[in-house]
Amino acid sequence: MTPLLDVRDLSVTFAIRGEGDMPWTEPRQLRAVNGVSFTLNPGETLGIVGESGCGKSTLARALIRMVPAEGRVLWQGKTDLLSLAPRAMLPYRREIQMVFQDPLASLNPRMTVGQIIAEPLRTHHPDLSRAEVKARVQGMMERVGLLPNQINRYPHEFSGGQCQRIGIARALIVEPKLLICDEPVSALDVSIQAQVINLLAELQRELGLAMVFIAHDLSVVRHISDRVMVLYLGRVMEEASSTELFSHAAHPYTKALLSAVPIPDPKAERAKRVIPLDGDLPSPFRPPSGCVFRTRCGLADADCADQVPLLQGNSKHGLACHKAWVADSV
Amino acid sequence: MVSASLRGRGLESLPLDEVKGRSLWADARRRFLRNKAAVAGLVLLVLIAVFSFTGEWIAAWSNEEIDFNVIGSAATMGMPSFENGHYFGTDDLGRDQFARTAQGTRVSLMVGLVGTFIAVVVGTIYGAVAGYVGGRTDQIMMRIVDILFAIPFMFVLILLLVMFGRSMVMIFIGIGLLSWLGMARIVRGQTISLKHKEYIEAARASGVPGWKIIFRHIVPNLLGIVAVYATLLVPDMIMTESFISFLGLGVQEPLTSLGALISEGSKAITQGAMWQLWFPFGFFVVTLYAFYFVGDGLRDALDPKDR
Ligand code: SF4
Repeated sequence: MTPLLDVRDLSVTFAIRGEGDMPWTEPRQLRAVNGVSFTLNPGETLGIVGESGCGKSTLARALIRMVPAEGRVLWQGKTDLLSLAPRAMLPYRREIQMVFQDPLASLNPRMTVGQIIAEPLRTHHPDLSRAEVKARVQGMMERVGLLPNQINRYPHEFSGGQCQRIGIARALIVEPKLLICDEPVSALDVSIQAQVINLLAELQRELGLAMVFIAHDLSVVRHISDRVMVLYLGRVMEEASSTELFSHAAHPYTKALLSAVPIPDPKAERAKRVIPLDGDLPSPFRPPSGCVFRTRCGLADADCADQVPLLQGNSKHGLACHKAWVADSV
Repeated sequence: MVSASLRGRGLESLPLDEVKGRSLWADARRRFLRNKAAVAGLVLLVLIAVFSFTGEWIAAWSNEEIDFNVIGSAATMGMPSFENGHYFGTDDLGRDQFARTAQGTRVSLMVGLVGTFIAVVVGTIYGAVAGYVGGRTDQIMMRIVDILFAIPFMFVLILLLVMFGRSMVMIFIGIGLLSWLGMARIVRGQTISLKHKEYIEAARASGVPGWKIIFRHIVPNLLGIVAVYATLLVPDMIMTESFISFLGLGVQEPLTSLGALISEGSKAITQGAMWQLWFPFGFFVVTLYAFYFVGDGLRDALDPKDR
């Protein structure tokens, strides 16, 4: 099967100019994403996890050319999205849609819900009649659990969860093949989070959507992802199928993240050992030499400072660490 | 909530009418109408505008007619009275001040409104484009504004009037040329802060073309600030025009403006004809205050977070 998305060695570098820099000073280079590769099959979900500032949102934006990126993003095995002219990118902007983190901020406060949801439709199908657009918008509203008679209301009249449903409706109205969800539930109450995630999972099944699902919390991606990728300072630390990662996490960073996830069973919760993550994320302007995680890793030694660990292992489980290995039993 | 718990499916059976939304504009209108000073200012402005357009009809004398009974002894005979039809008195030439004030108010309002209109249209589009496109384009566009700002505005305006003759059109051109600069700066700043909002990103991600983003997403969200700035710009323009008229460079007779009337009136004080100053001056002050009150009210109504 040709993968829907085949990402090879994707890097994003920002040139940052400081306040008050002279026009001729060299801007500082910030590598937000560093050599990330993955493939995504139709209907599959890839969860991307990492602390804030690890480059996961930048990675998502690089896929749809919202930030300048290097590398290759092959769509359906044929088109390299990164090499397209901006105009030629347009049809792919229909096939890849995005759901944003802040539900209210991602909706224009001056537009009605109907206008907001209809916008991608009117952009990509300008020939549709008004009545047709309205019918489709109302159908989509129902589908995401909004009352269609609310079509003339404004975003500020809805709750956060409902706003996120509006965002989802807007993304799905043009029937995309890939949905990128950039921390879609981080801004919502815990009780609402589950509803929105269930809605996404349900819609994904019905529509055969592929998803890239970004979160800063492993527990959120657990149930919705087929595979999970752990990012740290723009690099992939570990990548595995969801079941494999949650049962046989090998990378010290993943283990630390996992140990922070609460376990529903109180006995197990008491018995588990939380691996502390000391210190702050190092400045992305000056990432540590060798393994970027070494400043906070309990196993770090001289090797780790010297050499960058490469992502190795098999197709089921990849790992970038000098001191840890993928269990053979897999 | 209903929609959250019912989760879509099966809702078709509910025969619900479409609910009307409550837009941010409607909210702002309600807040504005609760502000007494602003509403009073608005009512005053409407009255002044009505007076300026209909005053010459009501007047017993036209603004060009000379009352030969009064000429030469305006200070003693030309005072305001209902008997001879000069409600606001006459000027030294025996012309009716009531009609002249109405005409002057109209001219001043026109100058203010036309100047502001140019500022709103040119400034908003210029600023929004510069802010949205960013980069080098923005740099060049804003440097042009800086350069124009650095030119002494009054000096240029006076030169224009001296070189090309005094006329309404020249004043409109002169004021229009420079009034949009401040607006362009404000709009650009706002656009830059709006540009990073997620809804703009959402529109870009789904392929909405740039000019549509500017007109559909950026400009409507700027209009609040533009409206506030514009109402405060009108009195500014009126003042500029009045100042020029006061110097004797404004509109030409038989046209007049509040500034020109005040200028004439101030010369007449020595002869004791105070009404020649007080009426135009009163209209001038009330108009400016009314605009300021409305502007204040708009600011409070459009940006409730500020209070
Ligand atoms: S390479 Fe070294 S520093 Fe990096 S995660 Fe592995 S043990 Fe820790």
